[in-house]
This record gives sequence, C-alpha cells and structure tokens, in this order.
Amino acid sequence: MTKTKSALLVGVGGQGAILTAKVLVNGLMRAGYDVKMSEVHGMSQRGGSVSTQVHWGEKVNSPVIGKGAADIIVAFEKMEAVRYADYLKPNGIAVINDYEMASSSIAAGLAEYPEGCIEAMQKNFTCHVLKAGEIAESIGSAKCMNIVLFGSMVKALGMDDVVDWEDVIASTVPPKFKELNLNAYRAGHDAVKA
Amino acid sequence: MDRQLLSGNEAIARGAYEAGVKVCSAYPGTPSTEIFENLPKYKDALYCEWAPNEKVATEVAYGASIAGVRSLCAMKHVGVNVAADPIFTAAYNGVSGGFVIVSADDPSMHSSQNEQDNRYYAKSAKIAMVEPSDSQECLDFMKAAYEISEQFDMPVMFRTTTRVAHSKSIVTFGERVEREVPAYVRNTRKYISAPANAYRNHPKLEENLKKLEAYGKTSPLNKMELGDGKIGVVTASIAYYYAKDAFPEGTSFLKLGLTNPMPMDLIREFASKVEKLYVIEELDGFMEDQIKAAGIPCQGKDLIGKLYELNPQIVRERIFGEAAPVTDVGVQAVSRPPALCPGCPHRGFFYTMSKHKDFVIAGDIGCYTLGGSAPLNALDSVVCMGGGFSVAMGMAKAFEAAGVTDKKVFGVLGDSTFFHSGMTGAAEIIYNKGNLIPVVLDNSITGMTGHQDNPGTGFNLQGEIAEALKIEDILTAYGYKNVIIVDPQDLKAMEQAIQDALASQVPAAIIARRPCLLIKRIKHDIGKCVVDTEKCIGCKRCLGVGCPAVLVENKKARIDHNQCVGCTVCAQVCPMGAITREEK
Repeated sequence: MTKTKSALLVGVGGQGAILTAKVLVNGLMRAGYDVKMSEVHGMSQRGGSVSTQVHWGEKVNSPVIGKGAADIIVAFEKMEAVRYADYLKPNGIAVINDYEMASSSIAAGLAEYPEGCIEAMQKNFTCHVLKAGEIAESIGSAKCMNIVLFGSMVKALGMDDVVDWEDVIASTVPPKFKELNLNAYRAGHDAVKA
Repeated sequence: MDRQLLSGNEAIARGAYEAGVKVCSAYPGTPSTEIFENLPKYKDALYCEWAPNEKVATEVAYGASIAGVRSLCAMKHVGVNVAADPIFTAAYNGVSGGFVIVSADDPSMHSSQNEQDNRYYAKSAKIAMVEPSDSQECLDFMKAAYEISEQFDMPVMFRTTTRVAHSKSIVTFGERVEREVPAYVRNTRKYISAPANAYRNHPKLEENLKKLEAYGKTSPLNKMELGDGKIGVVTASIAYYYAKDAFPEGTSFLKLGLTNPMPMDLIREFASKVEKLYVIEELDGFMEDQIKAAGIPCQGKDLIGKLYELNPQIVRERIFGEAAPVTDVGVQAVSRPPALCPGCPHRGFFYTMSKHKDFVIAGDIGCYTLGGSAPLNALDSVVCMGGGFSVAMGMAKAFEAAGVTDKKVFGVLGDSTFFHSGMTGAAEIIYNKGNLIPVVLDNSITGMTGHQDNPGTGFNLQGEIAEALKIEDILTAYGYKNVIIVDPQDLKAMEQAIQDALASQVPAAIIARRPCLLIKRIKHDIGKCVVDTEKCIGCKRCLGVGCPAVLVENKKARIDHNQCVGCTVCAQVCPMGAITREEK
C-alpha cells in the first residue's frame, strides 16, 4: 500500500466545509498529488452533521477512510470534533473551531450539549483550538471562517511548502473576496503555534 | 488534455456527452441527481430534461433509442422500482440507439428509505450491467456501455453507489464523437411487444446474453491483476478500492466492470491461479452466490456481512481480524439529525397537525418526511414516493372496515411528488370514495434533492420558461369540489383550512402553498424574530415548532439571528407575545 495522507473536515451543513475542501484539493492537484475526495449530499445536508474526506498521495485507492485512519480532523464545530474523533489516528492532529452549535434535540431540550469537548480532544490528540468565527469577523466577515480554519490546517499539518497556498486560494475564490480570504488564511495560519 | 477533479456524477454526464448521446431524461434522486444537473452545460449537443417520474424518464429515453439515437436515463435505486416496467420489456425488444439506465444505489441509506441492491434488477430484467469504481471509469465506462448496448442489442444498467457517484477523483477528458443516426424505419416485429413478438424476442435475448457473457471474458472492463498467487479477490465497484487498501501486498485481483452476466469462465480461470479466493462486494452476495453456484469455492459475505457501506478498515477488520486503532475520548456527541430549515413552509403545517391527537397522517418522500421527527412528530407512515395519498386511503378504509370512528385521516405529499405519482392516488380517493383529506405541501420546487424544477414550477432543466401545471386545476378536474389553498405559515389560517376540509360536505383537498426559501430566483421576505426576555416566561412552547434557530438559554427563549429568517411561526405560538419580528 502506498503512503497516503487524509483529512476529515467535519461540521454542520452550511458551514462552508465544501469550499475548504475545494481549496485543499486544488492545491494538492497543483502539487501533483493523486487526490480523492468524498462527501455526502441529500437529506444529511438539512442542518445535520456533515463530513468531507480528502485523501491524497502518490496513488490513492479508496476515497473514504475508516476509523483510526485520518491524519487530521478539522472541526468547524467543537461537538463534531468529538463525534468523529474515532476516525483520527492515535497520533493524529485536530484543528478545532471553539464554537458551539446546538443540535435540534438540544434546542428542543431533549438533550444537553456535552461538556468538555475540547478538553477531551486535547487529552488524546495534538490539538489546535481557535475561535475561527471571531477571527473571521475581525477580518471583515464571518463568512471566511472556513478559510481561517484552512490556514490553521496547513500550518498544523506542516504543509506550507506543498504549494503556494495563497495563490491557490486567490484562484479558487471569487475575485471580489480574494483579499478577505487571503487575510483569513494568514490569520488562521498565525493562530497555530509552531 | 483537460484534467479535472470530478464527482462520479459529473463524469457520467461528461461520458454521455462524449459518447454522442442525444436525448436524456431523469427524475432527481440522491445520489444520482448531479448527473442531470451537469448535462445542461452540453445542451448545444444534446437534449436533457427532468421528467415527472422515473418511469416516464425511462420511457422517454427508450423512445429515443427506438428512434435511433443514443439516450440516457438516471435515477436513484428506488427509482428503478418505479421504472421497472419499461426496463423489463425494453430488454426483450432491444435497442436501436444505445440505451443506458443509471441506477445510483445508496448503501448505508445516507438519503434513502432502503438499501436495496439493484444489481439483481439487471439479472432479473436480463440486461447488461456495467459498474464503475471511480470517476475516470464513470466517464470511460459510459462510452463502453453504449457500445455494449448497441453490439448486444440490449439496455445497459450503469450501476453506481453513493461513494462512486459523490466521490471526486481525477479525470482526463476525451472528445465528443457524433454518431450517425440511421434513417428511421418502422420495425413492428422488434418494437411492438405483443405476445407473439415477445415470444420470439425472448430466445433472441437469451442468445444475446450468452454472447455478452463470452464477451465478458475478454472485455477491457474486466481486469486481472496477478500477484503471488496466495490470495485472490473478485470485486467490483467501489469495493475494489476498499479491498486494494485492505488486502496485503501480493494479492491478486479480478476487478469486474461488466457484472451482468457474470463472466464465469474468466472467474474460473482467475480462481485457478490463486490458493484462496475472496469475493468483496457491498450489500448482498450478488457475485458470491453466482460464483458459488458455478462450483467455485470462495468466501466473503459470511465475514463481511450484507449491511451498510464498507470501507478499507471494515474490510481489514472483518477479513483479517485487525481492529482499527480507535481512540475513545470519553465524551459522547449528541445526535444531530437533519431538521426542517428555519423558515421552512412545512413547519406551520406540521405544527398545526401536531396539535391534534386524533389525526392519522400518511406522509411521503421529501423534506416533509422531517415532519415525523421530534418535536413535531406529525406523521404515522412514510413508504415511498407518491404513496402518501394511497397509503392514507388504505388506512382510512381499514378504520372504516374495523369500525374505528375516532380517527381523522390525512394523506400528505409535496408538489413534485404529486406530479411524480401522487396524482393517481388523488384519483383513487375520489373514485373509491375515500374518507380522508389529501394535502399537497406545495413549496414550488423539488426541495430535498437540491431544488430541481418540476411540472409545477414554470421552468425546465434547460432553464427555459415552461408551462406551470396548476395543482388546484388538476384536483378540481378530478372531482375535488372544495380545494382549499392556504399559506401554512399563517397558523390560524392553516387550522381553519383543516377544519373546513374536515367539515366539507363535498370532496375536499388542501394545498398548503408557500415557496421554499432556498429558491434563488424568488425574492423572499426575510426578517428576524427577537425575544423580549421581560415578557418571556420560559414556557418553551416555541420549542415545539422544531426550528433550529429557536433555543432556550437561562430559562428564556433565544433566537439565533444567524439562522432566523423571520417566518414568525414561533411568534405565533408564544402565549405571551414575547416574540416579535424585525426587518433584517
């Protein structure tokens, strides 16, 4: 089996994980990697938990990975980090957005939002925790939260040299949002300590 | 050469284009929908449409084949149930232009009501089946499928699964090849499926299947990769890649792309080259059972099982007993089930229905299936697309027959579902004197699959303005003398409509009409609701509407401004008038 890397982007439908994955795969393709990506559409998109997997290397077989196989999880919401934690390798990395979004069962008072999601992740994995939404707003729009998280992911995985990510972002996002997203990328990148 | 990261569905659309396909018809359904969403980009070269249902789509595509052009239809796995009738007879008649039917199966039921294995359809209908395992194969195998269809004079089932359809991998494009369309000649012997013709067509079909099986031995769609001879794996579709990752270096693979009829001679040859033979496939033991029946010893389903999607880890664990290195972080995530969107027009209807404990409500397939979830809990059954009216009819007749008088029965479906196959149920209720109220939840779009047009929306797949069929006119024509049209977001009016329909002395039907907020071409009235925490007494009645934007914090209601669109359904249920709407 050839050596591959995989990332799991998890969050709640509508948080922008798809664009993040798109930037990632555009960069990986430009760097010459074989890339496969998997996402699920349909009913699960209606406010449900969503996950996108990106798998890359010299040659990739399966587009999906199993439990205990992901090199990194990028969680757009902190409870989602916990939900997919069993997909991380024991020495895996987690980038966690310190943001809480109640599920419908929690909103309806049928369940409680779990305590200590971030602490539980930190106890088991190398974690980078940031308030990506607040960082995004301070730059100009909460909408670029996904690219803030992407910046953190690139730094956390040590992928700076893979490709010119700023150029990849510039050519992936609509021109009028280019500066915003470049700033988001840099802010997310800086939020992760070397 | 153009090299792109494409989903399987995008690649299938590209493959159809390159194959010179000219007529395409489909009904949307996850995970097949994006094939047709991607076809309009080739509309200068081909015709594509959304049909009212899968049977119609199949008939349109098959008609085009009879007329001599290459054609395509596509549907989700349960759509093939709807389309089965023309498929089985098309097999007997054969084709003129190549005819491909895409069946997109959904193991693990990400967005489906069952996980039926449609490979049995190909076998049962006696048609060729082609199974790609990644996006490049989706493109290449489409072109091969049309060749097979024409060479062996039969429809081809092009079977994908969710992971093939929705995974993205790198694809290299080719060029479109225009195929000369022969002059049309009437061929009654071939295409009129009267008993005498069918009698003669059946042996011809069996003969063609034999030829196709022989072709399978040398077909480039079936590929042998020989290793050290210890372990051999027969596999197809996405399971091939799972097995590639899970089995050790040196394993031999027979990867099948043409899976009906099974190329048994090739499998026998492969089996003779390995010491131990496994069959790795998702869902049922379609290949394994046939291989065993041919007297070739193999193993698979007893270890792998028949349920749900596989992945490399699952295959590794079940075949070799290697457990995944899973970390338990000790905190349990709360489930996050899908819910009706904030501002969804269905919410007002289901909230109103939820207040009546004597209502029995048969639902249907679509966003409104979520009306059965907590806290609305306003559905008794959901069976299949278009079944809402007719299942309700059966329940109403059962209550009548059993002398149950304290139930009021409703059949509920959506606008697209009405045109799909709900109309026949509406006829049934009138014709057989049903004691129930049919309700169409008309949000003016096919919502769940991602906003496709349908015969009621006024647009077609090519983006042209089309005749918008009026549901009220159809119901009136059927004999519903009291068709009540109501805005479900106005809870008082919704309740009144229900009471009026129940009290009606003539056959009544309800159309709860308000467009889905996600329709982009309509200007929506967006605002936001705010809670006056002084007035809020923390009764939590607003939570009963099941809106993702409505929360309770510190014993007071709170509305998430990022999610709220100002529909006011929560405000209407607040007994204290503590929720008001502001402009955004």
